[in-house]
Amino acid sequence: MIYQELSLAPDLSVMENILLGAEPMRFGLVDRPRMRDLASAALAQLGHEDIPPDARAGTLSVAAQQLVEIARALAVGCRVLVLDEPTSSLGRADVGRLFALLERLKSQGHAIVYISHFIEEVKAITDRFVVLRDGRNAGGDTTKDASNDAIVALMVGTTPGALFPRSPRRQGDALLEVSALEPGSASFTLHRGEILGIAGLVGSGRTRLLRTIFGLEPVESGRIRLGVLPPDGGVLPPEGSVLPPKGGSYKKADPRDRWRDGMGLLSEDRKSEGLAMGLSVADNLTITRLDPFGPAPFVLPERQQAAASVWIGRMDIKCVGPAQPAGELSGGNQQKIAIARLLHHDVDVFVLDEPTRGIDVGSKAQIYRLIDALVADRPDRAAKAVLMVSSYMPELLGLCDRIATMRRGRLEAPRPVEGLTEHDLVMQATGAASG
Amino acid sequence: MSPRSLLDRTGTLIGLILVAVIFGALVGRQFFAPANVELMARQTAIVCMAALGMTIVIALGGIDLSVGSMIALTSVVIAYMLRDGASPIAAATAGVAASAACGLLNGVLITQLRVVPFIVTLGTMLIVRGAAKGVAEERRIEAPITWLNDLLRTETGRALLPTGIWAVIGAALLVAGVLRYTRFGRHVVAIGSNERMARLCGVPIVRTKIAVYTLSAALTGMAGVLEYSKLSVGDPTVGVGSELDVIAAVIIGGGSLLGGRGSVAGTLIGAAIMAIIQIGCSQRGLANWVQQIVTGTIIVVAVALDRLRSART
Repeated sequence: MIYQELSLAPDLSVMENILLGAEPMRFGLVDRPRMRDLASAALAQLGHEDIPPDARAGTLSVAAQQLVEIARALAVGCRVLVLDEPTSSLGRADVGRLFALLERLKSQGHAIVYISHFIEEVKAITDRFVVLRDGRNAGGDTTKDASNDAIVALMVGTTPGALFPRSPRRQGDALLEVSALEPGSASFTLHRGEILGIAGLVGSGRTRLLRTIFGLEPVESGRIRLGVLPPDGGVLPPEGSVLPPKGGSYKKADPRDRWRDGMGLLSEDRKSEGLAMGLSVADNLTITRLDPFGPAPFVLPERQQAAASVWIGRMDIKCVGPAQPAGELSGGNQQKIAIARLLHHDVDVFVLDEPTRGIDVGSKAQIYRLIDALVADRPDRAAKAVLMVSSYMPELLGLCDRIATMRRGRLEAPRPVEGLTEHDLVMQATGAASG
Repeated sequence: MSPRSLLDRTGTLIGLILVAVIFGALVGRQFFAPANVELMARQTAIVCMAALGMTIVIALGGIDLSVGSMIALTSVVIAYMLRDGASPIAAATAGVAASAACGLLNGVLITQLRVVPFIVTLGTMLIVRGAAKGVAEERRIEAPITWLNDLLRTETGRALLPTGIWAVIGAALLVAGVLRYTRFGRHVVAIGSNERMARLCGVPIVRTKIAVYTLSAALTGMAGVLEYSKLSVGDPTVGVGSELDVIAAVIIGGGSLLGGRGSVAGTLIGAAIMAIIQIGCSQRGLANWVQQIVTGTIIVVAVALDRLRSART
């Protein structure tokens, strides 16, 4: 099994890695000369005698480390290789060499299972393919007989039309402008009363883009402007805007600035980043904004819990009370706490990363209704703006106004959702459209 | 209060009662005589004061191994100042400030070098100890007798308890209030529970951490004042290993080294349990080694029970 992430021990030598757990022994000690011979033989079988068996694995290039992993599989006598997204960390030239090697192993009589998101890779290297969807076998065929369209059709399937609410929306002021942002090569403008979706495969860089926008990861180049932006891109309005006109470059930004300027992020990783499982529901919900709960440095628990109770009721969060630790709640209810945090803070720009990951259907429907209500055109309050990432395409198509696709770390220009189909999105995300 | 935290508190309280009953039975009725209880309170005052600071540090998910060295430095600075003719209040303030400066150093090193607190404070433990010895020129510093020497002494007829004990009680109320009723306190617990979440939520992590280590060191400095009061000299070799007593008190009291948990009430109970064992063993005539084995066992049992409790929920 060759995993997507390299799994070598970087401080051991190449030969020690190749024969890890299968070290040749002599009188109870490791037989190093024999180990070197076996390792060299395995590398020679790959046609890569150039990798020195005594080098420390961590000093090799990523491509060479991957070869060492393959050599490890061969050295212990594997006849079946499973490669999980082996090209995810390789450059184009290395991909070519890897494919040549796989052909060679195939001709030597090895069987290879090649797992990939990318249709062009599957077409280039495989003889037969199988499509998995939602944990089931969705069908397969001989590769040379299948068109890109046919493969995508299997990947998409026929999903029952889930019901997504869509209130009347009216596009308002621009609230967020991202231009030529790296990483992500992203350029877009997000307005009030609008949901902008980002589609793409897992690992295509969607989460990194959101985290960069939110100040959790460094901006390499480009610009992020947050606040009520003038339509002509000129100077920012001086005062009276809902968001403080911070403007300018956000290179050294911090999530703290983002919250202050009216942006909130829902993390895709609820357990390790979204919530503190040991803290109470009330603390989790209100931690970004404790100032309403008492004069200057004080937080009065009664007021904090009262505020949390309001959200517990409004969001229908099932818990014993605001003092219950968040870790004791179900996934759906935890997610509602994480979203309620943004509502409590009363942000204008909601950045949602996989808002319905790992939660039950009932909670999903509630969250869909909530997201729609945020951007609904209503007389009593200003609409919000939502930027969301999801791997579930029907969700994006059902909720969003515009969708941009991300592929291999690059964000395409957003397109209106009208006329887009799941098929189009998958074609774009997998690169089948261009190939 | 959730049922869980009620259980947490009663858990350590039951432990305290259990230990008290056992030693009460071993030593006899006079074990609970007011004078004896006060003796225990005096014995444990220094550990208690430092443990209050450590409670905040451990709630933050950190650790401070330099506590014993800070206590020594404080006692040396106080004696040095008094010998040079400073007023007692100025000397005590300087001692606490010296300790707080060490805490500031800890906080800055931990946040700016991004080295784990265990390593940083292991280093400063040696650095501060060395500094204390340097200031004192590797000798005890004799100082004139002042009211600072009476902090842990009972003055008949005046206050009910020695001033030092009142100081511990006051500091305990203050720390408990800060942890529970201030934004800073909620931020400390949030960072200790899940630092990644705290960052996501815009909690000022660097500022909070530096403040915690400094505040904790100031409390340790006050423990140093009490230590000076007990010794009446500045001794650069005092308090070696006392950081472990301090950490033990917090852990027995329900603090978790993983952060996010720790209460002032628990810490005081933890310190009380250790004091009872210490005094109880010596009054029963048990040797020091027995006392150490008992204390060690209590620490392991307390943490194991805590594991069981959190596994069940």
